[in-house]
Amino acid sequence: MENNILKIDKIEKYYGSRSSLTKAINNISFEVSKGEFVAIMGQSGSGKTTLLNVISTIDRVTSGSIYVGGKDITKLKGNALNRFRREELGFIFQDFNLLDTLTAYENIALSLSIQNIKAREIDERITKVAKELDIKDILNKYPYQMSGGQKQRVASARAIITNPSLVLADEPTGALDSKSARMLLEKFNYLNETLKATILMVTHDAFTASYASRVIFIKDGRIFSEIIRGELSRKEFFDKIIDVVTLLGGDVNNAL
Amino acid sequence: MLFKLSLKNIKKSFKDYVIYFFTLILGVSIFYIFNSIESQTIMLNVKSSTREIIDLMINLLSGVSVFVSFVLGFLIIYASRFLIKRRKKEFGIYITLGMSKRKISLILLFETIFIGIISLFVGLALGVILSQFMSILVANMFEADLTKFKFTFSAASCIKTLIYFGIMYLFVMIFNTISISKCKLISLLHGDKLSEQVKLKNPIICTIVFIISSIFLGYAYYLVTVKVEALGDATQIFKPIVIGAITTFLIFWSLSGLIIKIVTSFKNTYYKGLNSFVVRQISSKINTTVFSMSVICLMLFITICVLSSALSIKNSMTVNLKTLAPIDIDLSKKLNITEEDAKNNWLLTPNMIEDSKLTLRDTLLKMDFNPDTYLRDIVEIYLYESADIKISSTLGTYYDECKSKYPFLRYEMRESLIKLSDYNAAARLLGNKELSLNNDEYIIVADYDGWIPMRNEGLKRNTKIKINDQTYTPKYQEVQPGFIHISANHVNMGIIIVPDDALTEEMKSESIMLANYRGNKEETEDVILSLNNHSYNSLTSLNGATKLALYESSIGLGAMVTFIGLYLGIIFLISSAAILALKELSESSDNKMRFRMLRKIGADESMINRALFYQIAIFFMFPLLVAIIHSIFGIIFCNYILETIGNEKLLESIITTSIFIVLIYGGYFIITYLCSKNIIKDKV
Repeated sequence: MENNILKIDKIEKYYGSRSSLTKAINNISFEVSKGEFVAIMGQSGSGKTTLLNVISTIDRVTSGSIYVGGKDITKLKGNALNRFRREELGFIFQDFNLLDTLTAYENIALSLSIQNIKAREIDERITKVAKELDIKDILNKYPYQMSGGQKQRVASARAIITNPSLVLADEPTGALDSKSARMLLEKFNYLNETLKATILMVTHDAFTASYASRVIFIKDGRIFSEIIRGELSRKEFFDKIIDVVTLLGGDVNNAL
Repeated sequence: MLFKLSLKNIKKSFKDYVIYFFTLILGVSIFYIFNSIESQTIMLNVKSSTREIIDLMINLLSGVSVFVSFVLGFLIIYASRFLIKRRKKEFGIYITLGMSKRKISLILLFETIFIGIISLFVGLALGVILSQFMSILVANMFEADLTKFKFTFSAASCIKTLIYFGIMYLFVMIFNTISISKCKLISLLHGDKLSEQVKLKNPIICTIVFIISSIFLGYAYYLVTVKVEALGDATQIFKPIVIGAITTFLIFWSLSGLIIKIVTSFKNTYYKGLNSFVVRQISSKINTTVFSMSVICLMLFITICVLSSALSIKNSMTVNLKTLAPIDIDLSKKLNITEEDAKNNWLLTPNMIEDSKLTLRDTLLKMDFNPDTYLRDIVEIYLYESADIKISSTLGTYYDECKSKYPFLRYEMRESLIKLSDYNAAARLLGNKELSLNNDEYIIVADYDGWIPMRNEGLKRNTKIKINDQTYTPKYQEVQPGFIHISANHVNMGIIIVPDDALTEEMKSESIMLANYRGNKEETEDVILSLNNHSYNSLTSLNGATKLALYESSIGLGAMVTFIGLYLGIIFLISSAAILALKELSESSDNKMRFRMLRKIGADESMINRALFYQIAIFFMFPLLVAIIHSIFGIIFCNYILETIGNEKLLESIITTSIFIVLIYGGYFIITYLCSKNIIKDKV
């Protein structure tokens, strides 16, 4: 239990009314240990984004519990929720979600300043993370002056700078070209291995998923399958993922 | 189908339309109220002379209404542009579904008609209700009793409002059609995706522009305050106004670039909570609205100056009358008019020349008016003049300097002279200070502030004047306060008091009779007024001012400036506040996304609300603050211009003005904040 950063216990999420019920999540349970890099795969409509939304407390479960660091977050309300998000979670989105009026530096600083961290410490931490993510040169640029890959690295810096227990990434490579995607995923690996960041990533792309240490497949709101990379090379792991995807009936076109 | 669609659209986007509706309704009701004053005054029981002033006021107000309708028209077009912008995506979808642009224009047309009809009806209803309160104010202004309160409805004003606003809405429809037909589908569909580029301004250029424009603004301030006397004629006032307008724009332009530089240097404050976000939001907003910000700032500036000056005029009018018109009547008549005078002034007929040989009393008797029957406390005095004593001669050595400074004054005008005993007799009756003189001295009395400094300069130089070979020197180095004729304002430019023996009979130029009424004042007043219809009236230059007439006209004038000031002030306030509110709300969809991001990274609700509040508050305060700074100097200037009328109770007027601003501007601010808060609210 102590080693489990995230424990999902029989959660369900229903949409609609009694007559036309949609089970977006239909009894899902799994655990994520500290320092793991887990990918959740599934087609559009499989319920993977809903899963991420309930973990990130953006949405609420219909039943079941989600424990982050041993605390049931489905019971949190109001500002306790905001505090939980602020202190325990880091977010990376498909469309970056950087504030267009702020520079890269300020975007990263914002997640620290809302925790009332002093300007000097903010500066130290940003300098450090910028070096790790290779974004030192673009810190003073605005989002519109950056490439997609750069934006996503800035967003990643914003997500991990608060040292969250869990980094949630929603299709982080979805809006990137293949080169930027690879670069970003290598940074994810670096964050995961060197900084021991726990990452939970949602994707429908097998290539992206192949960077993870474990892949959970979801279909129609249920866990369909789960594979662990173990000692496999990335290429071998990728092939294994593709096999499951084919079984899943997913579009192989996305597998680069 | 289209009809249904537009109806649904309005229902759906009612939240976005709140400010728009609110402004339209206010605009309509204010327009109605100020145009319905006529019907409110009809039932007032006032004198015919007051009635004339009311008619003048109503004419002026309807003239102002034309101007107001232009302002409102622009505002409505501006507002509808915002609303179209907000709905670009919706229109884009319609077009991709195969709807023609013509049909979209038609939807907009229906919407405009709906909004127009609703706002007109609600606005008129509100106007009719509020105008009942207005009639209390009107009655109060004209000091008529309101015991016979009656519900009034002005059909004329109602029709006028309908026509004016109908035309405005027509323009909006034309404008909407044009702007839709010019739109490209791609920009319609992706209108919201175009992330606004933050225009980076060179901070050095910004600093230079800021410093230069501050210096120029300072110069404009200097021109209207310290150097105000040098503004000889009306055209010169445009110089500081133009400088002020341009520098306001440049200051907004440069500040939007500088603020961010300045604030970011305070790292501890900047990187605290959502401060960096708020600062960036504001700076980007100011960046994109430099022009409208300047216009709003200038409108607020005009509002503050117009309102406070109008109220101050109104206040001083009543205060001045008590001291400046202490007696009931002041009659005067020219004496010894020469042929030459008549040549220069076509108003002087040969009959008047003949009449000017008579005394004032004799003229009155010729008009079958015996002063002793109707008047008491009669003081009869004379003014004298001499071809040698002109304004230029009393300025002495200061004349040349003065002439180069104020080239437009009539230095060749003859000065009015008065015997010391005559002046003192008048002073006793008027409640002025009595004066004394040595044989070779003279005193100048004046109360028109514009002239006093010049005269003082002449007196300081110990300027001697020569009357009938006798030389006189100033007793005082300064002008003494005082006047002879009763009036509503301080208008005595200067009368020279000399010893009695200095003046001779043939120098007499004006005969004056000051007196109070015997018996019933109103009846006597009627007798006096009836002299105007006497057959001899056109044969004499007899002129008179009565306390009652002065009182009425000053009430009328006071009411006139108050109403026009209120009308313009409120319309300007509404316009500027509405533009700011619409600007803020039109960006609410962008803001919604931004605030959602903030929530995702874990900002508290209270933090977010505070950030939103500060953002809107600063956005509203910024132009107001600049306008207030402008107004300080503007009011000082207005004060100078209005010196003749008086500037009593200025503070009181400024306070009243502030209350107006707080109510209207503050009201808009709160509505904007609440609406924005509603829009960014996320259903988690």
